[in-house]
Amino acid sequence: MIPAPFDYAAPNTLAEAFALLEQHGDDAKILAGGHSLIPMMKLRFASPAFLVDINNIPGLSYIREEDGYLRIGAMAREADLDHSELIRSRYPIFTDASKLIADPQVRNMGTIGGNIAHGDAANDHPAVMLAMRAEVVISSAEGQRTVPIDEFFYGFYMTAVQQNEILTEIRIPIPPAGTGNAYHKLERKVGDYATAGVAVQITVDGKGFCTYAGIGLTNVNPTPMRAARSEEALLGQKMTEEAIAEAARLAAEDCNPSDDLRGDEEYKRAMVGVLTRRMIHKALERARR
Amino acid sequence: MIRCKTSKEIGGMGHSVKRKEDARFIQGKGHYVDDIHLPGMLHMDIVRSPYAYAKIKSINAEEALKIPGVLAVVTGKDLEKYNLHWMPTLMSDTQMVLPTDTVMYQAQEVAAVIATDRYAARDGKEAVIVEYEPMKPVIDPHKSLDPGAPVLRTDKPGKNDNHIWHWEVGDKTATEKIFAEADVVVKEQMHIPRIHVASIETCGCVADYDKVNNHLTMYMTTQAPHAIRTVIALVAGHVGLTEEKIRVVSPDIGGGFGGKVPVYPGYVIAIAVSFLVGKPVKWVEDRSENLQADSFARDYHITAEMAGTKDGKILATRFKILADHGYTDASANPSKFPTGLFSIGTGSYDYGAAFMEADAVYTNKPPGGVAYRCSFRVTEAVHAIERITDRFAFEIGKDPAQLRMENFIKKEDFPWKSPTGWTYDSGDYHAGLLKAMEVVGYEELRKEQAEKRERGELMGIGISTFTEIVGAGPSRDFDILGIKMFDSAEIRVHPTGKAIARFGTKSQGQGHETTYAQIIAEELGIPAEHIQVEEGDTDTAPYGLGTYASRSTPTAGAAAAVAARKLRDKARKIAAYLLEVSEEDLEWEPGKFFVKGAPEKAKTIQEIVFAAYTNHPLGMEAGFEATHYYDPPNLTFPSGAYICVVDIDKETGEIKVRRFVAIDDCGNIINPMIVQGQVHGGLTQGLAPAMYEQLIYDEDGNILNGTFMDYLVPTAVESPNWETGHTVTPSPHHPIGAKGVGESPTVGAPPAIANAIVDALSHLGVTHIDIPITPFKVWKILKEKGVAQ
Ligand SMILES: Cc1cc2nc3c(=O)[nH]c(=O)nc-3n(C[C@H](O)[C@H](O)[C@H](O)COP(=O)(O)OP(=O)(O)OC[C@H]3O[C@@H](n4cnc5c(N)ncnc54)[C@H](O)[C@@H]3O)c2cc1C
Repeated sequence: MIPAPFDYAAPNTLAEAFALLEQHGDDAKILAGGHSLIPMMKLRFASPAFLVDINNIPGLSYIREEDGYLRIGAMAREADLDHSELIRSRYPIFTDASKLIADPQVRNMGTIGGNIAHGDAANDHPAVMLAMRAEVVISSAEGQRTVPIDEFFYGFYMTAVQQNEILTEIRIPIPPAGTGNAYHKLERKVGDYATAGVAVQITVDGKGFCTYAGIGLTNVNPTPMRAARSEEALLGQKMTEEAIAEAARLAAEDCNPSDDLRGDEEYKRAMVGVLTRRMIHKALERARR
Repeated sequence: MIRCKTSKEIGGMGHSVKRKEDARFIQGKGHYVDDIHLPGMLHMDIVRSPYAYAKIKSINAEEALKIPGVLAVVTGKDLEKYNLHWMPTLMSDTQMVLPTDTVMYQAQEVAAVIATDRYAARDGKEAVIVEYEPMKPVIDPHKSLDPGAPVLRTDKPGKNDNHIWHWEVGDKTATEKIFAEADVVVKEQMHIPRIHVASIETCGCVADYDKVNNHLTMYMTTQAPHAIRTVIALVAGHVGLTEEKIRVVSPDIGGGFGGKVPVYPGYVIAIAVSFLVGKPVKWVEDRSENLQADSFARDYHITAEMAGTKDGKILATRFKILADHGYTDASANPSKFPTGLFSIGTGSYDYGAAFMEADAVYTNKPPGGVAYRCSFRVTEAVHAIERITDRFAFEIGKDPAQLRMENFIKKEDFPWKSPTGWTYDSGDYHAGLLKAMEVVGYEELRKEQAEKRERGELMGIGISTFTEIVGAGPSRDFDILGIKMFDSAEIRVHPTGKAIARFGTKSQGQGHETTYAQIIAEELGIPAEHIQVEEGDTDTAPYGLGTYASRSTPTAGAAAAVAARKLRDKARKIAAYLLEVSEEDLEWEPGKFFVKGAPEKAKTIQEIVFAAYTNHPLGMEAGFEATHYYDPPNLTFPSGAYICVVDIDKETGEIKVRRFVAIDDCGNIINPMIVQGQVHGGLTQGLAPAMYEQLIYDEDGNILNGTFMDYLVPTAVESPNWETGHTVTPSPHHPIGAKGVGESPTVGAPPAIANAIVDALSHLGVTHIDIPITPFKVWKILKEKGVAQ
């Protein structure tokens, strides 16, 4: 890589990191796994003058259930999700997603925090977090605040994380019994960003009625997108083929994809429809288990 | 089964000897151009054009030169002073080294920044300000000959259109007559997409000019070091760089595939700068530069037609090509073959008449096209014939396997004269296809397909039974810039019976260090392990035209065998002397001569070699060395029968290659493991254009997929489980009966895949889809046909 010149520090504590961010202001960028930031620096789309590497700060890579939440430290890697027994047995949607994120090299480095903080609608975790109604914990020298995922993505590469802040944790409410979730994206080859991706989490009660529906869409809108009308259409309904088809139809209608080499708008809408239906089915299957 | 004449210890032909070169490659000890660091070495980066066609109004280097470490910015005007701003291409066209006034494609070299380190060079490149006046480019080759189209090559006096050349072969009248009278004529338009070799190692060099001794050492990523030395001498002779003052070294090469045959402007600029300042200059492209600016491959628009009878006899074919060469014809074909060996496109079938013609045009795209793992344009030819054969089978309602079986050239009809003038050396096409059908379970698959169709599921089976043409080539027809396409081997056996062998070719991953050693082991009985193979240094290796077009085994491999046989003749003489018998009384078995009827009276090759240095017969030259320059009497004609099975998701258009059976016939096999490795790699590079790769330009000539984010090189994940096998039909004219295999799979795979996908959709009335066939393309068709929603 032949980036523009930059300076670099790797602090050992959050406090030091906050101080560096304060000191360098807009010139500074946080470096986590580097697998979104470094490609941009290599192509000189980004040329931060100062990198604050947060890899040396301990205690940010956990994955655990606590106080009614699944808590994921910002520095947990994709590979950590892949290898976590907790995730595999209770949150298969993450395994679905991480398997589709590039290749093992990228997954060994890329962090869940970075994946969300990058603010790219093409990344896969945002849709998953939308489906699960995650909350994002953002820390700074002043303390901590928690932002619901629906208020996190501001725009293209822009999120609720401010210049002096670090995303430290993602919290997901532990879903009740009767919940299933699933994620899939269409990609042209391994390592490609989604042509379209759909994340679904569904809870059904004993009688088969939907008590929770979360549907997030990848790369079919300028920002990661919740398929709100699809969720509404399912809530309180019996999960019939018709209800599912209607939810799929609404998702296809509501997304805003643009033409690119992956396909045109028509194709992407159709794929959102197909994937929404398939992922609802898969989530339901898992809910029944 | 392959029978070996030598023991495992000797490791001659047929043994799966482990690759000698891998020990260093897998331990990170390979030595590539970018690993070269010389004292005082400068670094070069290249400013490139953002426009496809523009006048250069000014180049301002002021800001760049202020950057610490940036020493100079070189422009076309600077090179013009030495008449180095243009260079010839291998096809006797001309190409800019650096432009003096006009850029002809996006990413074209505009200026070079020289700096003390790589980072400063890149910073300098960013700081050079170039003012352009964009012009309306010619991008669509179909429009390049329109009367109003801008004439691109105004540098050529008298040029008033964008036409480069016209080529034709075959009997036009006879072909037209058959077409006019035939029961059945089928026709399809096909585009063989513009693709890129995308080798893992990009191109680069270190040009090291020594002012004191007036000597240039050029370390570079080249597949043909000797030819390059001659080219440099031809281009730079007028400034005093004559051929004896030039040494070209091609160290380890990380994949070439034809992309490292041409001379790129970067090499020439590096030489010019090193020559002027007397310091080594390194230039190594980055990935995007490699993809966007280096020679492309393919890009043929073909109208393919076949005429035949209702009951399935092929009678004639007709192909018309529009070749998009970008702004200059920078192909890497033998001189007399502007379309390479496209004329092999009559295929594996026995019929009497064919006519092929081509017109090449200029457009505002990067120059090319190189022979990407395809001999020369054989991929294009095979795609045309194998697709149109399937189209014909579909038209008359005959099973495509059956149609092929009925039309194959018969085993006993070889050597066979093709309607376009080739003499196929040998082949057994029936055996190959039968074997492939058996392995894949063809009849069962057809039944399954019929059942699936009933249920509305999409499954397809595609066949490709191709004939390759490799090993260029016989000197009467084959030359590059006038140099005949022989190749060479030099063997020196040391007194202790160990050897060094040098060749005019250059491995880029093919495993020459192992296979050449095995050929010599086969002939001399010296263990392959004891034979060190060297290539790539023009100061030491014998002259040869390099490695591409699957020519190494047919030419240099043959040279190795012949040189070794010269040594065996000498060995016989020495053995006779040592054993005090006459030469006729001796019999050879790998590794020793023994007296007929008295096998205990023997001399091993090691004893004989030792004697050549210590106790050689009076009157005989001492030493144990031989050289041979092999001029092949004919090309070799490998073949293959490939069958591909696909399943298509009718909602998403996704294509899954479920099975892929590849039965290759490359004649006698030197190292089965290496052949299998070559086939695996080649099949993946055949899968690439079939389903993934294409360089895409918008109407302004902007490349839309100039990085690996969007230029989709398939990986192990996309590759199906390749099921490989072979039949063996030796080449009758090659010293060891080998034919060459590196390119067969790249050539044969795309139509097998395309045929399978079209077959899956044929009941919907689909007769052709241009490659690469993507899920999006398939979905669009399914939508149009009312299958997908
Ligand atoms: C070849 C390739 C293919 C890929 N394919 C996919 C894919 O299919 N799907 C997918 O989702 N991703 C994909 N990625 C991206 C990969 O998952 C990245 O690792 C991820 O998007 C970013 O995580 P990171 O830890 O590498 O972040 P970095 O690259 O280090 O940082 C990304 C951005 O987030 C900021 N940042 C990082 N961490 C924090 C934090 N804790 N607090 C505040 N700001 C922070 C950085 O300042 C930077 O702006 C791919 C990457 C590559 C190289």
